[in-house]
Amino acid sequence: MEQIYDVVIIGAGAVGCTIARELSRYCLSILVLEKECDVAYGTSGRMSGVVHAGFNNKPGTLMAKFCVKGNRQFESICRELDIPYKKTGKVLVAFDDDDMKALEGIKARGEENGCEGLRIIDAEEIRRIAPGVGGIGGMLSPNTAIFDPFTYCIAHAENAVDNGAEFVFDSEVTAIEKKSNIFCVNTSKGAFYARYLVNSAGLYSDKISAMLGITKYKIFPCRGEYFILDKIADKLLDIPAYPVPKPGIGGLGVHLTPTIDGNLIIGPSAEYLEDREDYAATPEIMDKLFAEAKALLPAIERTHIIGNYCGIRPKQAPPEEGGFRDFVIREEEECPGLINLIGIESPGFTAAGPIAGMVRDLLGRHLKLEKKNHFNPIRKGKARFRELPQEEQEKLIAADPEYGEIICRCQTVTKREIRDAIENMLGARSLSSIKYRAWCMTGRCNGGYCMSRIVDMLVHDYHIPAEEITLRGHGSEMFSGEVK
Amino acid sequence: MAAAYAAKKSGAETVILLERDRHAGGILNQCIHDGFGLIRYQEALSGPEYADRAVAEAENMGVEVLTSRHVVKMSADRKVTAYCSEGIEEYAAKTIILATGCRERTRGNISIPGSRPAGVFTAGVAQNLMNLHNVMIGRRIVILGSGDIGLIMARRLTLEGAKVLAIAEIMPEPTGLARNVSQCVYEFGIPLYVRTTVSKIIGKRKLEAVELSDLDDSGNVVPGSERRVECDALVLSVGLIPENEVAQTANIRLLSNNAVDTDQYLQTSIRGVFSCGNCRRVMDLADYVSEQGEMAGRNAVRFIKGDPMEIWDEEKSNCMKKGFPESDTITCTVCPNGCQIKWDEDSQSYMGNGCRRGTVFAEQERTDPKRNVTTTVVVKGERQSLRPVRTKTPVSRDEVLQVAEKLRGISILPSSKIGETVFTYQSKAGEDISVITTAGK
Ligand SMILES: Cc1cc2nc3c(=O)[nH]c(=O)nc-3n(C[C@H](O)[C@H](O)[C@H](O)COP(=O)(O)OP(=O)(O)OC[C@H]3O[C@@H](n4cnc5c(N)ncnc54)[C@H](O)[C@@H]3O)c2cc1C
Ligand SMILES: Cc1cc2nc3c(=O)[nH]c(=O)nc-3n(C[C@H](O)[C@H](O)[C@H](O)COP(=O)(O)OP(=O)(O)OC[C@H]3O[C@@H](n4cnc5c(N)ncnc54)[C@H](O)[C@@H]3O)c2cc1C
Ligand code: SF4
Repeated sequence: MEQIYDVVIIGAGAVGCTIARELSRYCLSILVLEKECDVAYGTSGRMSGVVHAGFNNKPGTLMAKFCVKGNRQFESICRELDIPYKKTGKVLVAFDDDDMKALEGIKARGEENGCEGLRIIDAEEIRRIAPGVGGIGGMLSPNTAIFDPFTYCIAHAENAVDNGAEFVFDSEVTAIEKKSNIFCVNTSKGAFYARYLVNSAGLYSDKISAMLGITKYKIFPCRGEYFILDKIADKLLDIPAYPVPKPGIGGLGVHLTPTIDGNLIIGPSAEYLEDREDYAATPEIMDKLFAEAKALLPAIERTHIIGNYCGIRPKQAPPEEGGFRDFVIREEEECPGLINLIGIESPGFTAAGPIAGMVRDLLGRHLKLEKKNHFNPIRKGKARFRELPQEEQEKLIAADPEYGEIICRCQTVTKREIRDAIENMLGARSLSSIKYRAWCMTGRCNGGYCMSRIVDMLVHDYHIPAEEITLRGHGSEMFSGEVK
Repeated sequence: MAAAYAAKKSGAETVILLERDRHAGGILNQCIHDGFGLIRYQEALSGPEYADRAVAEAENMGVEVLTSRHVVKMSADRKVTAYCSEGIEEYAAKTIILATGCRERTRGNISIPGSRPAGVFTAGVAQNLMNLHNVMIGRRIVILGSGDIGLIMARRLTLEGAKVLAIAEIMPEPTGLARNVSQCVYEFGIPLYVRTTVSKIIGKRKLEAVELSDLDDSGNVVPGSERRVECDALVLSVGLIPENEVAQTANIRLLSNNAVDTDQYLQTSIRGVFSCGNCRRVMDLADYVSEQGEMAGRNAVRFIKGDPMEIWDEEKSNCMKKGFPESDTITCTVCPNGCQIKWDEDSQSYMGNGCRRGTVFAEQERTDPKRNVTTTVVVKGERQSLRPVRTKTPVSRDEVLQVAEKLRGISILPSSKIGETVFTYQSKAGEDISVITTAGK
């Protein structure tokens, strides 16, 4: 007889990984199914990387409640799981009197939601906090923070695995049947069985739901494009700067966000589309993005651009409606045992912790949640050589000479760190997976220096044939094989 | 290497050369094609051979060549920090010469619209993968940009059996050297489209196609000119950026294109710190880079001694014929000038050649054009390992592909030395043509 899991979670994004980790505190058998070859390959790896404070959301909604609560928990979770996090605060920049007036409303709404420390500031203070940014005034939110979204997902997944959860990658869910209270989940890697099913499939959550006959949801994909700029954050802007949001755009407007690593990202745009995975960038939007970002921070130049990416919002609101609809997190009456998470768009990442808590409580209505005695809440990441003081670096090199070999020159990533990344706990071996762990191939040379060296390690040290090396899992083979 | 050699030769007591790679030689090691050393050695050497000579010259002169050392920073008081597997090393010097080379502009830098699938490479990375790591980047190739590395790679890919479907260049003329346009592109029948760009990259996970579009005079896409070209690799040859990360750690003044701003003595904004080669200004020819390096080396020693320094002649940096070869002419490849030589009916003689060697070359071209073949062979036993080779004497142009094909089946021993004959090709005319290795253990 096949194993029947207590809970199968579909989707290894921020939400799925957080739920897996939360449930791994209890004596339950847990399986996460993910169609991609690693965690965070969907929306969770394609966002702004901001822990929102919660002043943008409509009072009384789950979005507002969970965002504020998620923000409060975020820092301690990052500490537990060794996730890079920095409480930078954030400024909303006003350009005219209308904006200033709108800010009063935003502040009041934020306070109603429970945000703390929001403060209207004048032009002079803006200049002090964000010297390069224009504007006549603004609002400061001290509790907004930035973090590393990839490490977040990886850390949650690793900690969940450490506590007994299982992950199966490259397993796309294609059909689900429910027979005598057991879900049979068919995937590209065979069938898996579950008593309870959590649908955290992001952009495909409506389709997963429809597989069980619940067709009332529809996701409208809405693309956001970004540019990544060189490491100029420390010089130009070390705090996220957003324009005052205009009503109805269904996003927060093109903003400037320093990344935890000191790059600056600009975006996202907002553009409804048909295809849920069309991550292509368009020339019109690229030009527009840059122009809008330059209005906010005149010092940026085209030559600062080192890359671009797109994320797609799983919106419930159709284009003609715009704006935000609240998260749907519920057990479906028509299909007991199925917990649907629909429309988990921004601030879904910030809210992932409270969302996981709510899923746990929904399951707790049926399942006996018994705490594990040996739950280990701590996960330690691998050493980040470049962040260490010189004495520490010397110790590491003495212990393992591969710490003395720099493979990625832009980000100063050593051979040992690449090796740690290749040998990761989740078994992901694509170049992007190595990149998100070691943070190599992310600098201004786009991997020009380190990629061939990493390929060499994969081929020689790990005996992976060149033609099997992928960028992002099956179907993204990098090479046609050997030359000779 | 040239700077270290010259500094030592001019009387410096200790000269240390720090290199992050396992071998000295820099980018030359992956440039297995010939055409190096035309001025310096009056020979058409391959990159690795040229590097080998330069290393030997430096080492024989007494330079300490320290490889696998990654310099991460330097200070204005001329201290240098390097990482290596033995630990972190600090060097204090009387003078420092920066020769850190350049890197390529990438897809990220030029923001091509479309998706970001596997299969997009810069030309230098493609070259590195193919020539040093035995990794083939694809079979149906489109190249964007007609910089020299892109042109060289067009030929390299063709010799390895890939089909180069198009080279697209945004400018009205190719940006690489005329000799490369003629020898790497025209001679293999590769289509080169100017005022054309890749307007879109298509393919979700793996590159499926690119969209090529014509550009108007102001560089905008001509609507309706889009066409789809199915391919599995896109190679970008869209320019080089001087690499000055180390210089930046000491706040050395850079120009807006990231090049080091030096005075006429090749001295940077910090006295006693010099800069030469591609990190100072991207140059076409290794020979001139070496020449400049030597001057930087000499000037560094003059700086220590307090002697007057030599002045670099900027004309030398970039003097070669670029763009399209003129029609009905022969591009002379004997020296880097690339003279455009024409047969003149009236005077019954060649015109346009800068020297007499040009006439001999042109006559040969007209009757039986010859080329050196440069490629790689497999090293026995070691998986994935390649060694560069070339014909010792040129073969008929028509036989280039045959030679490359023959060499695909050849393997050599790891112990084989540079210059060893690994194969003898019997030409159609009955000559024995030796194929020699151009790098060795
Ligand atoms: C442009 C943009 C910017 C954002 N910025 C922020 C921000 O700054 N702060 C913030 O808090 N939030 C932000 N968000 C929102 C946040 O990113 C999302 O709410 C969050 O990442 C959602 O996580 P998820 O796990 O639900 O979805 P996802 O990360 O999309 O995970 C779903 C997973 O399910 C998998 N899957 C789908 N179908 C199947 C199937 N059939 N079988 C198996 N697996 C399947 C997918 O591959 C995917 O990995 C932003 C969103 C966007 C689009
Ligand atoms: C907070 C943040 C910081 C980033 N910093 C850098 C950086 O310093 N250097 C750099 O090269 N790239 C950075 N990126 C983005 C990413 O590495 C580039 O988008 C890359 O050019 C696209 O890589 P690809 O072609 O491999 O992926 P594609 O297949 O084209 O997909 C786009 C990729 O962008 C990725 N992406 C989305 N968000 C991020 C992210 N947070 N970090 C990394 N990738 C992301 C997606 O996961 C996706 O893989 C950053 C992105 C974010 C969100
Ligand atoms: S003709 Fe003389 S000067 Fe001109 S390219 Fe040939 S060899 Fe050089």
